[in-house]
Amino acid sequence: MAKIKVHGLPFSSCTARVLACLNEKQVEYELIPVNARAGDHKKPQYLSLNPFGLFPALEDGCLTLFESRAIIKYLAKKYEGQGCPNLLGSTVEEEAVVEQWCEVESHHFNPPCYALVSQIIINPLKGGTTDEAVVESNAEKLSRVLDVYEDRLSKSKYLAGDWFSLADLQHMPFLHYLVNDVGKATLISSRKHVNAWWEDISSRPAWKKIAVHMKFPSK
Amino acid sequence: MATIKVHGHHLSTATSLVLCCLEEKQVDYELLVVDLAAGAHKKPQYLALNPFGVVPTIQDGDLTLFESRGILKYLAKKYKGQGTELYGNSLSEEALVEQWCEVEGQSYNSPASAILFQILFVPMRGGTTDEAVVEMNVEKLVKVLDIYEERLSKSKYLAGDFFSLADLQHLPTTHYLVTACGKGDLISSRKHVKAWWEDISCRPAWKKVSEKSS
Repeated sequence: MAKIKVHGLPFSSCTARVLACLNEKQVEYELIPVNARAGDHKKPQYLSLNPFGLFPALEDGCLTLFESRAIIKYLAKKYEGQGCPNLLGSTVEEEAVVEQWCEVESHHFNPPCYALVSQIIINPLKGGTTDEAVVESNAEKLSRVLDVYEDRLSKSKYLAGDWFSLADLQHMPFLHYLVNDVGKATLISSRKHVNAWWEDISSRPAWKKIAVHMKFPSK
Repeated sequence: MATIKVHGHHLSTATSLVLCCLEEKQVDYELLVVDLAAGAHKKPQYLALNPFGVVPTIQDGDLTLFESRGILKYLAKKYKGQGTELYGNSLSEEALVEQWCEVEGQSYNSPASAILFQILFVPMRGGTTDEAVVEMNVEKLVKVLDIYEERLSKSKYLAGDFFSLADLQHLPTTHYLVTACGKGDLISSRKHVKAWWEDISCRPAWKKVSEKSS
């Protein structure tokens, strides 16, 4: 069987999400770096894999997929019998709760996190400035979201229940940036259950292998 | 079996998504209207169901679920074999459905909703539409629709030659863009997007829901 190919970059949050899932499922893969500085992700060869010109794209035999949150669901289903079990739960109801918290990550957690990373890391890398008002308003939004997480995680070890699932995995790249790169670690450390959850999931061997490569390039 | 309860509102695009899916799957349900104008969605009784204080939330027996796109997948899987199949028939078809659902959620929804917000909701609350914001989001949406045009020139629906959740997810927001925001040209100027829209917006399940949300 041909190895899965992942086109992306190791410090890209969405690439890291897919690599973490491949590691959890113990699936071999080849990471094919895309030269973003040369604009290769906007050229026809890459656009034929991902017409949106974003990272990552995955090739599994004849199947090409983009959108990291869809890719990890495909991997969890295809490799159900190996690696970390029950990433999508083991019943229709459990899967529904996993999907729910995946959507929460997508629509409540990700937008303010993305704004913080853009303002604090990406803008300066591109020679621009950080808009502190945007930082403050998104830190506030994220705080409100994390208050809900604190309550949830006071009743449940992981987001979907008492087992590690895609819902937790989906959060890991931006949680990593929050704690390590944008100076907002207190958003996590000040919340007892959120902090315990982060310490637990970030110590998973499958994640640690990815985290060491998650360093933004210098200018 | 108890009827599914949907806590939501006719004017909410997210509620309409769930109602449309229930109609497609021919599942009985009861819509319990949440009085958004009175702030009912931010009060403790509703927050106990959905701690994010947004609509919709469903109750199916002991299971309570929020986030409309997650609810759609639950319904599509639970009621497989009944009504319209919405999730494909193989692992790779499911993956393509998920992919285009994510495209809607990540790339289409944000600019489309921003346009709706400026043109419909801001004036309703006594404010003025910010045309610069509308224009900026129209430009973003145009780039997405160009990709859809290319995709739909090769495939009748987004995930393949079958109607799926990926198409359904676009119905409420696109309906408002076309019928209430004067942005129908974004759809009608693209041959394959136009054909796709005319097809999916004529589905009986959608017509039933959209008549109530006009």
